[in-house]
Amino acid sequence: MRKITFIFILTALVMLGSICFSLSALAQNEPVTISWWHIQTETEHRELWQDLADQYMAENSHVNIEITVMENENFKAKMTTVMQSGEVPDLFQSWGGGTMNDQAEAGLLKDITEYLDKGSWRETFSEGALGVYAYKGRNYGVPRDMGMVGFWYNKELFAQAGIDSPPETWSELFDVIQKLKDADIIPIALGEGDKWTGAFYWEYLAVRIGGEEAFVKAATREGSFTDPAFIKAGDKLLELVEVEPFQFGFLGATWADESTLMGNGEAAMDLMGQWAPGSFKENSIDGLGLGDKLGWFKFPMIEGGVGHPDDALGGGNGFVVGKNAPEETVDFLKYISSVESQIEQAKIGLSVPVVKGAEVGLTDPTLKLVQQGAADAKYFQLYYDQYLPPATGSVVNDAVQGLFAGTMTPEETAQMIEDSAAREIR
Amino acid sequence: MNKKVPEEDKTIKLLSRTNTFTWQLHDNMTIVLFLLPAFILLSIFLVYPIFRSAYYSLFNWKGFGPAVDYIGLENYTRLLTDNIFLKAVKNGILIVIFSLVIQLPLAMGLALIVGRNIPGRAFFRAIFFMPYVLSEVITAIMWLILYNPNPRRGFLNAIINIIPNLEPQAWLADTRLVLPAIFVVLTWKYVGFHMLLYITGVQNIPRDIEEAALIDGVNSRQMVTHITLPLLAGTIKTSIYLSIIGSLQVYALVWIMTRGGPVNASEVMSTYMYRYSFVRFELGYGSAVAIIMLLISLTFSVIYLRLTRKAEYVT
Repeated sequence: MRKITFIFILTALVMLGSICFSLSALAQNEPVTISWWHIQTETEHRELWQDLADQYMAENSHVNIEITVMENENFKAKMTTVMQSGEVPDLFQSWGGGTMNDQAEAGLLKDITEYLDKGSWRETFSEGALGVYAYKGRNYGVPRDMGMVGFWYNKELFAQAGIDSPPETWSELFDVIQKLKDADIIPIALGEGDKWTGAFYWEYLAVRIGGEEAFVKAATREGSFTDPAFIKAGDKLLELVEVEPFQFGFLGATWADESTLMGNGEAAMDLMGQWAPGSFKENSIDGLGLGDKLGWFKFPMIEGGVGHPDDALGGGNGFVVGKNAPEETVDFLKYISSVESQIEQAKIGLSVPVVKGAEVGLTDPTLKLVQQGAADAKYFQLYYDQYLPPATGSVVNDAVQGLFAGTMTPEETAQMIEDSAAREIR
Repeated sequence: MNKKVPEEDKTIKLLSRTNTFTWQLHDNMTIVLFLLPAFILLSIFLVYPIFRSAYYSLFNWKGFGPAVDYIGLENYTRLLTDNIFLKAVKNGILIVIFSLVIQLPLAMGLALIVGRNIPGRAFFRAIFFMPYVLSEVITAIMWLILYNPNPRRGFLNAIINIIPNLEPQAWLADTRLVLPAIFVVLTWKYVGFHMLLYITGVQNIPRDIEEAALIDGVNSRQMVTHITLPLLAGTIKTSIYLSIIGSLQVYALVWIMTRGGPVNASEVMSTYMYRYSFVRFELGYGSAVAIIMLLISLTFSVIYLRLTRKAEYVT
């Protein structure tokens, strides 16, 4: 406890120091450089960030914003080394949760609680989304996006296979798969080489079967990841794998492969989050994606499951501030988190907005469904690999791959996750 | 027995001794000066990190801040009882064996063919050597495309599709095929390097020995088995050594193509180490893996060098 108080005093002092320092900097308009790392490789999205940065730089001539764009997996890999060297960027992509908590605990992030409390910045965000970027009551970043995972589907292919409406229950999903197979269409696209892609299935099954209670108990170590709900999730997943709904060679495929199949209309369904339409578009041959043909439905309910059919698995994206970031970083973060900016982001499908009043920008009907779905959720389950400590999150992804490959039983999968949880969560 | 040494002698001896002493000192200083840059660089970037890793391997350390959670040898016991690590070691050994029994003989065969005066040998040498010049990353990405399971995108399956009675394979997505598939890439990439070593060796064999053998009436098979191969022993030893060490440390190709998957089917020690260190943030554990890797490579090197040196004395 004393150590934490000490860290707080220290951060407070550092912040005081940096405020004084930057006040003098502002007075003299000394040039500052903000390094900003984001993961929006899609052309339209990347350009919006660049435009916003350019506008800000035009208004604040002493600020120079250096943007580094990285692909998702590369970003994660790069961050691990950067975190260890302590040379963190000033502003960077974050999903909040366990990984961010570790970073905050290590003193690599800037506490921006004060800035949020100053004026009414805090009130502009929806509370739940902002909370993902807080650790022990202090805020280290802000969200820009909050959504949920669901099935994206190709309406045209569904019609071709003679399917009238999207499935609502687990057994209906199997009917749909059979019909698609009969029509010679790949039912589901999956890039299981990336692992997190397939982990959604297991996590969602656990949400539907065990509900909030099972996960909260396991995560707080009151229960265990070997509890019946998690084993049953594995059983259900095996049922799905057995009917071979995925494309040939899915075990070695990546998320990019997965979205290529969807974007080109070669596969009918894809279990993915709110960023999927952008990727489908980017990875399609014609660069147009599915457009109006794209539909969305919630993960089917499981007969006999405890979880409510409206419960959602999801998460969002946001930006956190690095420990040595210049004062202007927070101001810039405020700038890109404005309602106007969020409306722009929503318009091009970059974000499912979290700033109140920006929903109007959401024109895409499927993204509206996602936003509505996330708002309706009685229980919102953050992705396991974000909520849990990084080591355990990574084990979840690795272990579930074993189910997809048929090399592990549901019990072994659960045990592997439990072993890591027992070691990491204290 | 002569107890009285003439004064003169003594001074001369003394003089000459100080002389050699200063010279020796001088020499030593020069040696030290020349060695210093390399010594400093090696110490900072090689020796120090090794000891640092050894130190961290005794902690439960996530890479943030100082290591405080001392757990003794627990990382090592966990590591050596972890089935996935043992699988990684097994895969490493398999790659070593494959390299020795397939890649090197292949390289030797190619060397014997294109090392001769056949038409277009410069062309073939360039072709076989070219993959070695490519970076591992480019190689991996290229083969990823070739191995794409979708016959419309992957070249290999496209060809297989044309041939009747052959089924397209999932290659990198098939737990049984993935290791052989990676080995094909390794061979494709490194066979040229070993071929070049052998060609150099072949060219260093004095012409007159071969001519003498020809006069004695050897046929071309006897020439290879009795003249070329024995005289290439030194080169072969080197190439075996490089091949084994290289196989034990293969990383970039595997990580880019499969990340050790699916389900650890192509896991090797280095990908295992990377996963724990930089994906799961278990740097203490990752350090333990690194130390074990170092020990395996070092033990092998020492034993191999001992054995081959002995063999040289015998012949």
